[in-house]
Amino acid sequence: MIRDQIIAYQTLVRREVLRFLRIWVQTLLPPVITQTLYFVIFGSFIGSRIGDVHGVSYMAFIVPGLVMMAVINSSYSNVVSSFFSAKFQRCIEELLVSPTADIVILLGYITGGILRGLIVGLLVFIVSVFFARPVICHFVLIVFFIFLTAVVFALAGLLNAIFAKKFDDISIFPTFILVPLTYLGGVFYSIRSLPRFWQNLSQLNPILYMVNGFRYGFYGFSDVSVSFSVLILVFLVLLLTGLNLFFLRKGTGLKT
Amino acid sequence: MKALHIKNLSKTYANGTQALDHVSLTVEAGDFFALLGANGAGKTTLIGILTGLVIKSSGEVRIFEQSIESEFSRIKKMVGVVPQEMNFNIFEKVQDILMTQAGYYGIPRKQAVHRAEELLHRLGLWEQRYKVSRQLSGGMKRRLMIARALMHQPKLLILDEPTAGVDVELRHGMWDYLKQLNQQGITILLTTHYLEEVEQMCRHAAMIKEGRLVKCDKVDNLLKIIDKEPFILTVDEVRNTNRLKGYAVSVVDRHTMKVELDKRHLHAFIRDLEKNGMSLQDIRPQGHRLERLFLQLLREDEMAG
Repeated sequence: MIRDQIIAYQTLVRREVLRFLRIWVQTLLPPVITQTLYFVIFGSFIGSRIGDVHGVSYMAFIVPGLVMMAVINSSYSNVVSSFFSAKFQRCIEELLVSPTADIVILLGYITGGILRGLIVGLLVFIVSVFFARPVICHFVLIVFFIFLTAVVFALAGLLNAIFAKKFDDISIFPTFILVPLTYLGGVFYSIRSLPRFWQNLSQLNPILYMVNGFRYGFYGFSDVSVSFSVLILVFLVLLLTGLNLFFLRKGTGLKT
Repeated sequence: MKALHIKNLSKTYANGTQALDHVSLTVEAGDFFALLGANGAGKTTLIGILTGLVIKSSGEVRIFEQSIESEFSRIKKMVGVVPQEMNFNIFEKVQDILMTQAGYYGIPRKQAVHRAEELLHRLGLWEQRYKVSRQLSGGMKRRLMIARALMHQPKLLILDEPTAGVDVELRHGMWDYLKQLNQQGITILLTTHYLEEVEQMCRHAAMIKEGRLVKCDKVDNLLKIIDKEPFILTVDEVRNTNRLKGYAVSVVDRHTMKVELDKRHLHAFIRDLEKNGMSLQDIRPQGHRLERLFLQLLREDEMAG
């Protein structure tokens, strides 16, 4: 039985990976181009007029945030669009009538999202080397933060897709919540440069902890407590896994 | 052994529609069973419950003696389903669709490759194996759905209107294939609008109306219920029909008549026909017997209800 579930998991992952590789022009290339533009505009043109942040150049400062931003968007959009389009085309029924366990469906889809997120993140990081000289302070923390962030947003994408009934529903959350939170999550600035009120408000944004934890892995400084950031990530992974499993088991948006 | 045992199965959707109302029926292993009913009668809901796409409101469902409540993942390995509407990824290639399906059922790739090859040949899709599914014709898509449902070698094959919109030649080809599968021991449960399909293939049939079971019996027994059958007659020339008293005769044209009568009275009728100066040249049953039975049973049910 476990062997069957492992084969089902491999099948799902294979299908998900082939899907985003087949359409790499839509899935891998755009975030790399967008982030390159950020490097050029914010890093080179505007960044040259901004002084060092926490002792590193502005260009180097924004590298971890831009990598993180690409990972967040890619992990999220991979799962939300793949799962919703399976629902829309009704090919999700192939999975639902099969003995594939709910946890395997969850793991299969999020693995696809995580892999796309990490590949895009790596590509953006490679591009960043042409603009800045990022240093690596704590390699394990870098891997931990990038991986768990990809997991969190792949899970969030799945939750969005489970509830989505039409294509609008899969763009509302990314457009109105995810993008603002990412931009306000300390990708381009240190929250210490903000007035006290905005600093406190920013601390309610979970993406701030992910970006800062990840940046800490590179340069060894963070605007927030790194151990608290770890806790938040672990908490979000557990919460979103639980919610997804609950709704998959219940058949929300999938069964009538 | 019972392939399927349903007891008091009911389903009420969130919007209050009652799709199934205490339906009970049994399908023996190896049977070829038809589920008949008009659109919206509850057939697809019933199939949905058997395959896990619809959650039942109450009642009991056992497939090969195992309850769907406790053993569903084990049961799912024994059930193959061909849905009414196409539900595969339109961007995936034919072969990939089959391979993916096998993977979902835990079949290793090596084994799945052979199985897919065999089914693609058997269902005439071998030449199309590298085509994306949306490029297939309607008939090919339907055959692909059958191939997909057979990838894991199910013991119970459920088909929801498998020949809807399929041309006559293909339909007959499909019937032959389904008969072969049934002879190999696969229990088949199908819903259909083509009552001829039921007469041709099925041993048992159940009729559903507005979520309730109206009748469930052997197809032969169901056909016996009909007391009269329409026959089309060709004669040299239609004449003196007013002398054929006691027969429900209607004239179609100068050489053709239609009569509804009990088969046992056919000889007497032909005798009376010739007595009245008409020479019989051809006689044939009009067919669609089940169709009429279906309507008759529905009418009876309405009157009883």
